[in-house]
Amino acid sequence: MPTRSVEMRGERDGLDGARESGTTAVRPRGGPRTVGRAAAWARRAPLLPALVFLIVVTQLPFVATVVISFVRWNALAPENRGFAAFDNYKAVFTDPAMRSAIWTTVLLTVTVVLVSLVLGLGLALLLDRRFKGRGIVRTMLITPFLVVPVAAALLWKHALYNASYGLINGSLTWIWKLFGSADPPQPDWMTAAPLASVEVALIWQWTPFMMLILLAGLQSRPADAVEAARMDGASAWDVFRYLTLPHLRRYLELAALLGTIYVVQNFDAVFTITSGGLGTGNLPYTIYQTFYQAHDYGRASAQGVVVVVCSLLVAAFALRTVSSLLREEVTR
Amino acid sequence: MSATTVRAAAPAERRRRRTGSLLGLAAWLCGIAFFLPVAWMVLTSFHSEADAATNPPSVGAGLTLHGYREFFGAGTGVSPWPPLINSLTASVASTLLVLALAVPAAYALSIKPVRKWSDVLFFFLSTKMLPLVAGLLPVYLIAQNTRMLDNIWLLVILYTSMNLPIAVWMMRSFLAEVPVEILEAASIDGAGLPTTLVRIVAPVALPGIAATALISFIFSWNELLFARVLTGIVAGTSPVFLTGFVTSQGLFLAKVCAAATVISLPVLAAGFAAQDKLVQGLSLGAVK
Repeated sequence: MPTRSVEMRGERDGLDGARESGTTAVRPRGGPRTVGRAAAWARRAPLLPALVFLIVVTQLPFVATVVISFVRWNALAPENRGFAAFDNYKAVFTDPAMRSAIWTTVLLTVTVVLVSLVLGLGLALLLDRRFKGRGIVRTMLITPFLVVPVAAALLWKHALYNASYGLINGSLTWIWKLFGSADPPQPDWMTAAPLASVEVALIWQWTPFMMLILLAGLQSRPADAVEAARMDGASAWDVFRYLTLPHLRRYLELAALLGTIYVVQNFDAVFTITSGGLGTGNLPYTIYQTFYQAHDYGRASAQGVVVVVCSLLVAAFALRTVSSLLREEVTR
Repeated sequence: MSATTVRAAAPAERRRRRTGSLLGLAAWLCGIAFFLPVAWMVLTSFHSEADAATNPPSVGAGLTLHGYREFFGAGTGVSPWPPLINSLTASVASTLLVLALAVPAAYALSIKPVRKWSDVLFFFLSTKMLPLVAGLLPVYLIAQNTRMLDNIWLLVILYTSMNLPIAVWMMRSFLAEVPVEILEAASIDGAGLPTTLVRIVAPVALPGIAATALISFIFSWNELLFARVLTGIVAGTSPVFLTGFVTSQGLFLAKVCAAATVISLPVLAAGFAAQDKLVQGLSLGAVK
């Protein structure tokens, strides 16, 4: 099916091409081949500015990164610059901090994406029904996503997690007082569970994102199929398992993929809430630190190259998912 | 239908209505739970510093504009306007540039598709998957050598490249909705390119352009890492300015909450006003 529809697009090209060569047959200017080539370039022309811009701004710096990764270069000791062969890579692979950064990145991303996907699905199901004030609830639910990420991170760190006056411990004091106790637990959340603190703040921000995409998916579900299944005596669980979930698959994959793209690269929350301390330094933060604080340009570049190679492996997998989505869309 | 089945159906109907209202209640509770931190942020921003830092929290404390006065430079004399204007410049200019590049590109990927258009599309998306931080150092070095450090236009260029892949995807998916038959009919009727663009493509593309602009604006406004590394006193943006509000001495919570509220306001306003566009944009146009 997919291939056929792609061929149909091809035919459309062919038709256009025939029409164009038809007009040129009346006014022959060059050989048919040069005309075809000119037409192809005319087609490509609108695409080129974006393509060239993106290659220059995003791809060329990566080439420079690869080159610098083979140079011994610390900005604090500029006279000691020279060819380093694989020294930077050796340093990167033997550095326990780098290994821990990779692990932290995986853990942080998987936890945040999965938990916010599940919560987002639950909320989307709750919102996919008629009830009083649905519009207000929807607006309240998307608010966290619309808070500027640094502001959200500062909010969680100082107004909620803070051990002495944060809202969480403040509420604990209040609840304990309610039951007549003057000795409420007052944990220091960010040192007791540093990674979880970052994760909770991110889950709070990304759940609305997942919910919005999944809710749109739910609302595009054909209502008559659900109605027919209900008439045939299918339980709510059966409807969810055999109708809703298969329909939502595309949306779940899309939400997970986009969430992963953004959460893998998270810098704001790690930088603000824990400053990468206590095992929360993920890859973006670690590279930032090597470059901006340690001024070790060579090693920062080697770290960058390692991250890019890892990302490419993940991306190849993820892109296959999207490409199946694209084919479904084209077939439609 | 006999009387007995009607009587049997009544309790089932009542039960369904009861679970219905329970689920509605659950939705309300979830909504309030997710909204609570933001409500707390706004409430704290109107408290005095002393009331903001109490345990248990002083919910009913008197309201004051002290935090906002501090944000607008009452205590320190540092004006928040330069960073706010920098953020606005970077976001608006990069959004315009994104649209100028993405709309023609999307046209060449959907309406008159180039050969191997899907490969090109995936190339765009793949650049989004490479972590930006890996290209940060060369960008920094180039900017240093060309004296572009602490210049807002450097951020405009970088934010454009950051949002361009997403914008191309979104615009392509919108333009793919333009019906082929109508395009062909128009071309047979002798409609020129301008007429086709204005009459047939624009109506379908405009909602897509709005959604793309919204997303591009939000992501540019929010960006911290590049702004922090590549700007200083002159071109610093609002998120960078915000991180400077945390001090090691004294109380700062009300002030930080006021700053966080003001800086989030443009995104909140845009997002609330265009909730449908937000969904379209976030799903790369997969949801219409």
